[in-house]
Amino acid sequence: MALPWKSERLSGWGRHPAAEARLLRPERYRDLERPEAACLARGLGRSYGDAAFDADGTVLSTARLDRMLAFDPATGLLEAEGGVRFDDILRTFLPRGWFLPVTPGTKFVTLGGALAADVHGKNHHVDGSLGRHAAWLELFTPGEGRLRCSPCEEAEAFHAALGGMGLTGTLGAAAIRLRPVESPAMVVRHAGAADLEALFRLLGQETAEEPYTVAWIDCLSRGARLGRGVFMAGRHAAKGELGAPGLEAAAVSGPRFPMPLDLPAIALNRATVGLFNAVYHWAQSRKSRPFLSGFDPFFYPLDAIRDWNRMYGKAGFVQYQCVLPQAAAFDGMKALLERIAASGQASFLAVLKRFGPGDPGPLSFPMEGFTLALDLPWRGEATARLLVDLDARVAADGGRVYLAKDAHLGPESFRAMYPRFGEWLAVKRRLDPEGRVQSSLSRRLRMAEDP
Amino acid sequence: MKGAVLILGASSPIGRGCAEAFGRRGHGLVLAGRDPEELEHVAGDLRLRHGVDAGLCRFDVCGAEALDVDPDILDGVVCVVGDMGDDPATLEGGEAARLVEANFAGPVRALSPLAAAFAARGRGFVVGVASVAGDRGRQSNFVYGSAKGGFALWLQGLRNRMTPAGVRVLTVKPGFTDTAMTWGRPGVFLAADPKAMGEWIADALEDGRDIVYLPGFWRWILLVIRGIPEGVFKQLRL
Repeated sequence: MALPWKSERLSGWGRHPAAEARLLRPERYRDLERPEAACLARGLGRSYGDAAFDADGTVLSTARLDRMLAFDPATGLLEAEGGVRFDDILRTFLPRGWFLPVTPGTKFVTLGGALAADVHGKNHHVDGSLGRHAAWLELFTPGEGRLRCSPCEEAEAFHAALGGMGLTGTLGAAAIRLRPVESPAMVVRHAGAADLEALFRLLGQETAEEPYTVAWIDCLSRGARLGRGVFMAGRHAAKGELGAPGLEAAAVSGPRFPMPLDLPAIALNRATVGLFNAVYHWAQSRKSRPFLSGFDPFFYPLDAIRDWNRMYGKAGFVQYQCVLPQAAAFDGMKALLERIAASGQASFLAVLKRFGPGDPGPLSFPMEGFTLALDLPWRGEATARLLVDLDARVAADGGRVYLAKDAHLGPESFRAMYPRFGEWLAVKRRLDPEGRVQSSLSRRLRMAEDP
Repeated sequence: MKGAVLILGASSPIGRGCAEAFGRRGHGLVLAGRDPEELEHVAGDLRLRHGVDAGLCRFDVCGAEALDVDPDILDGVVCVVGDMGDDPATLEGGEAARLVEANFAGPVRALSPLAAAFAARGRGFVVGVASVAGDRGRQSNFVYGSAKGGFALWLQGLRNRMTPAGVRVLTVKPGFTDTAMTWGRPGVFLAADPKAMGEWIADALEDGRDIVYLPGFWRWILLVIRGIPEGVFKQLRL
C-alpha cells in the first residue's frame, strides 16, 4: 500500500508565501525508502519563506519520525531521527546536564530541518554552525538510496546536506554532540550602545568566557542614533552560581502566552514599534551587571508567545537575514539600516551578530563577518522593491542572504551570493539525478539549472 | 519495581502511544512486531525519554511462530495489532481470510497462552484494541469490522472467565485515530492523537474499566448506530 497523502495548505513561519501541496506523513523509518517518499521533507515549518514546501508538489512530514535512538554519556553523542524536536532534546537532556551545541532562536525546530539549514546560534563566532557538531547523517536519496555520510565517509554528500535545505534527500537520522552544562541557567550581561559604532565595538570585544553574544538594534533610529541598540552576552551558569530557587523549575517551559488572533495590519506602525523600541532599549540597557536568567528567555524569548507570527496579520511577513564579510560589514550595515529606516517599514526585531569563519557546507550561510536579521511585514510591491534593493547591496558587498529565511531572492543574486553552488549542484545531481526533491525555494532559485 | 508490559504491534502509532504511556508510569516494556529496525527505534526512544528497560521480540500476527516471551516478567499485555488492508470490505476470499487472521484469529492465538499463564499465577492484565467498526456490520468495512467485532466478543468472554482468576481484561474501541489508516481519507473527522490514545488506555486500565470507547463520544455515536432497526439499516449507505 502506497503512503497516503493529504492535501494541505502549507507555508513557512512568515506565512508568506503559502501554497497547496500533497502531504505524506510516514510512520515507519523504512517508509522513507519508498519511491513515493522521494520528495521534499518538512519538519515543523519554521523556516520563514518557501524552503519547506513545494507548491502543487508532494511534501513529506517528518512529524512521526521523532524518535531518539541512542545516547552516549561519555561523549555526549545523541543519535536521533530527523523529526526529533529541539524542545524534546532539551526536555530530555537538560535535566541530565546536556545542552544543544548550537541552537537557533526557537526550540520548535526539528533536528533534520536545523541540519538542512545548517543553523547557527549566538555562539557562531566560537562554535560554528550546527553541522560542525554532527558526527553523521543518514540520508534517503532518490539516486543512491539510504546513504550514511560523515566528514570521513561520503563527505561530499555530508557537506552538501548541511545547508542544502533538504534538497539532497530526506534526513532520516543524525548524530550530534551535545554540550555538557552544569545548570539550566544562564549568566547574562547587557550593555547599551548609543549608535552602530558602539555596537560593533561591543560585538568585537567578545571573549571565550561568554560564548553567546548578540545585539538588538532599534531600526527606527536614524541620523546620529542610527544603530542604537543593546548588546547581550551570556554563558551557562556554573553549579555554584545558582542561588535563586525555582530556576531549575523554570528551566523547561512551554509557550506562556498565546497570540490568539491575527493582529490587524495597522497594529504595527511607526508609533507603536517606536514606543516599544524606546521602552525596550531603556529597560534592557539598565541590566549592565550580570544577572541569572533561565535558558528559555535567553535563547528563545519569542517562544514564550505561541504563534507570534500572527502579530503581522494575515498578509504575513518576511524575515530578511544577510551576512556581510568583515571588511564591508560596518559601512554595509550602516547603508542597509539607513535604507530600511528610510523605507519606513517598521520592524520589531533587528538582530546583529558577529559570525566566526564560514562553515564547510557549500550552501552554508555563515561567513566571517556580521549578520543582520529583521522582520518586514509583507506589504506587497513596496516590500518586494525594498528586498530587491537590499539584495543588490548585499551582493555588491560580497555578502549573502540566508535561504532558511528567504522568500524573494532571484536566481542571479543567489548565484552571486553562493559561489560554491556549482560544487553543491554536482552532488545534488548524483544523489537526485531526476530532480525528484524540489521545493518552492529551489524552483524560484532555479537550483536545477547550471550555475 | 513495576513489571514489564508486552505490546503486540508496538511499531504502530497506537502501540507506540501505549508503550510511552506505560513507560511514563515506570513499566519496563517488551516491544513485539515485524520490523526489528522500527522496534529498535521505538525502544531507543523509550529508554532515553523515560529511562525504562525496553526489549524487543519478533512477532508476526499472521505467522505460525509462537511468541518467545516469558509471561513471568510481564504485568500484562496490550494487543494493538490490526490491519484494514486496501479494502476492509473485500469479497476476495483470500484477502478476507487474511483480514480475519490479522484482526481476530492471530491476536487470539497470541493472547490465549498469555491469559492462561496470567490466570495460573492469579495476576495480570490483557488489553485488546478492537474498534468501533466491530459494533455493527457496515458495507464499507464489514470484513475488518467483523474480525474486530469477533475479537471484542472474545475479549468479553475472556473477561468473564478471567475475573475470578484475578486477571483484568480491558476492551478498547477506538474511533478515528490520526494514523496512516485515516490520513487524507475522506469522511474522517475528529481523529484522535495516538499518543493521547495510549494515555487514555493506561488510564482506563488504572480506573478498572471493562470496555471503553476512545474518545468517549464514540460510545454515543455507536449507541445510535446500533439502535437503527436492521430493516432500515440495510438500506443505508454507511
